[in-house]
Amino acid sequence: MSDVAALTSDSHAVVVGGGLAGLRGAEAMRDAGFEGRLTIVGNEPHRPYDRPPLSKHVLTGLLPPDVTRLPSDLDGDVEWRLGVGAASLDRGARTLRLTDGTTLRYDALLIATGTRARPWIHPEEERLPGVFSIRSRDDAASLRAALVARPKRVVVIGAGFIGCEVAAVCRELDLPVCLIDPSPSPLGRVIGSAVGGLIGAVHEGWGVEMRLGAEVAHLEAKGGRFVGVRLKDGGRIEAQVAVVALGAVRNTEWLDGSGLSADSGGIDCDERGFVTDAFGQPDPRIAAAGDVARFPHPLYGGRRIALEHWGHAVAQARHAGRLLAGDASGPVYGAVPNFWSTQGDMVVKSVGLTEGADAVAIVQGDPAERRFVALYGRAGRCVAAVSVDSARWLPAYGHLIETAAPFPPAEAVTDRPSRKIDILDPGFA
Amino acid sequence: MPTTDDSRDPTPLRVSVDLNLCQAYAQCCYAAPRHFRLIGREALFYDPAPSADARADMERARISCPVQAIRVEDPDV
Ligand SMILES: Cc1cc2nc3c(=O)[nH]c(=O)nc-3n(C[C@H](O)[C@H](O)[C@H](O)COP(=O)(O)OP(=O)(O)OC[C@H]3O[C@@H](n4cnc5c(N)ncnc54)[C@H](O)[C@@H]3O)c2cc1C
Ligand code: SF4
Repeated sequence: MSDVAALTSDSHAVVVGGGLAGLRGAEAMRDAGFEGRLTIVGNEPHRPYDRPPLSKHVLTGLLPPDVTRLPSDLDGDVEWRLGVGAASLDRGARTLRLTDGTTLRYDALLIATGTRARPWIHPEEERLPGVFSIRSRDDAASLRAALVARPKRVVVIGAGFIGCEVAAVCRELDLPVCLIDPSPSPLGRVIGSAVGGLIGAVHEGWGVEMRLGAEVAHLEAKGGRFVGVRLKDGGRIEAQVAVVALGAVRNTEWLDGSGLSADSGGIDCDERGFVTDAFGQPDPRIAAAGDVARFPHPLYGGRRIALEHWGHAVAQARHAGRLLAGDASGPVYGAVPNFWSTQGDMVVKSVGLTEGADAVAIVQGDPAERRFVALYGRAGRCVAAVSVDSARWLPAYGHLIETAAPFPPAEAVTDRPSRKIDILDPGFA
Repeated sequence: MPTTDDSRDPTPLRVSVDLNLCQAYAQCCYAAPRHFRLIGREALFYDPAPSADARADMERARISCPVQAIRVEDPDV
């Protein structure tokens, strides 16, 4: 087993994926002192741009879709290959074949190809005019144009974070909107239906129609346009615009044949961040970061997880860039996951992972005031916290999670020591 | 080569805020009210591409943020 490839000023480092993780990973290589040739291959025709505004202020019209290019301190010392994708990887020859037929040889490779919106199950229905999803700035521009045309109703299929953000935007624009999800509450899969229900109540207050416990069977067309959804229970909802928000699939197809362990759930990495082959052996010249990476998280007993969080893309990319540049300060990546979501004028944030949580308690604030922190426990330990309009309190709970403090926590951490904390079933299906 | 075709200003400053870190202290909103604004209690809205003449305001905002959540790239520096 060869050791970490020491990069020199004659080396060529390649980043595949021109998104947030690719950009921050490339910067980290430079910060770590790498002076050789650095190429970023990105299949979108744009410099790396920020995606979170796309489902928020771009849809409300506060921002045009094309202004979110990310700040960077990489100067002219990067070769951009934009509008060109990586088509395949030959690890023996250490080359990438690109979609324009050229090849690139690498000494170190950062894989940061992210995810794409999970497609609707029936491809011919997804192609109907009036059906949208949001991953790229072009997607957001098309959906914004459809909302400006003031559809009689929008249906949002999937009440995850992006679905909830889009529903809130529709109400800000005073458009009728219906949010459909098989879970008993919005965000049910991510934060459980106990806290999800509290957030759903806020959406209902805004006038979002909810069809929970319901599943869409078909997108219906008339005259070649989308006109409504048919539910599995036979019900119909008329609408002129559908937003498919069913989560994401990882962009790993281009790794087929590379011998690396990758599927639609991510590219596998070891605890340092090097990618691994089908036998679990790391390739010390290749690391992965961001939405595409699946890695063993030290906080969760080494369970392999893939995260779709902005902060994670930044932190893991910095780690991976340093790792490839041979400056592995702290070899194991294990930042506590965190996330924010802006829904209308409400901010939902989370730290930790709710997965597997068996208990939840409102430890601060009051849901009736739309301002609270919910703390999640798993087997008697704090594993996650979700705040609604209470971001200032979250770091303290983040600390309980990082240190796997006992759950329920000592009374002193709540703002109402006299009140007993109710322990609830978090409501994961 | 394709480049960004920014619709408002071809060479703006580039700004991003780490909204995980942001705790809505609003100092940036006082420092650069044309470019940072709180919506509701803590939803920070910011302009990711202010024109270069906002340089001084943006710098003031950046250094006033108590959690150092604001990052600015200046094309002329
Ligand atoms: C609409 C939306 C809203 C979001 N809101 C939030 C939020 O509020 N809070 C939060 O924490 N996170 C949010 N996220 C998630 C966050 O944006 C992602 O975690 C982040 O973009 C991940 O960065 P990445 O670089 O790993 O992947 P990406 O941003 O997906 O970048 C990957 C890039 O690689 C390119 N690529 C793919 N395959 C190839 C190939 N073969 N060759 C070359 N290039 C390739 C892709 O086209 C893309 O440009 C949101 C995401 C979306 C889509
Ligand atoms: S000063 Fe910093 S913490 Fe305060 S609102 Fe602005 S970005 Fe957020």
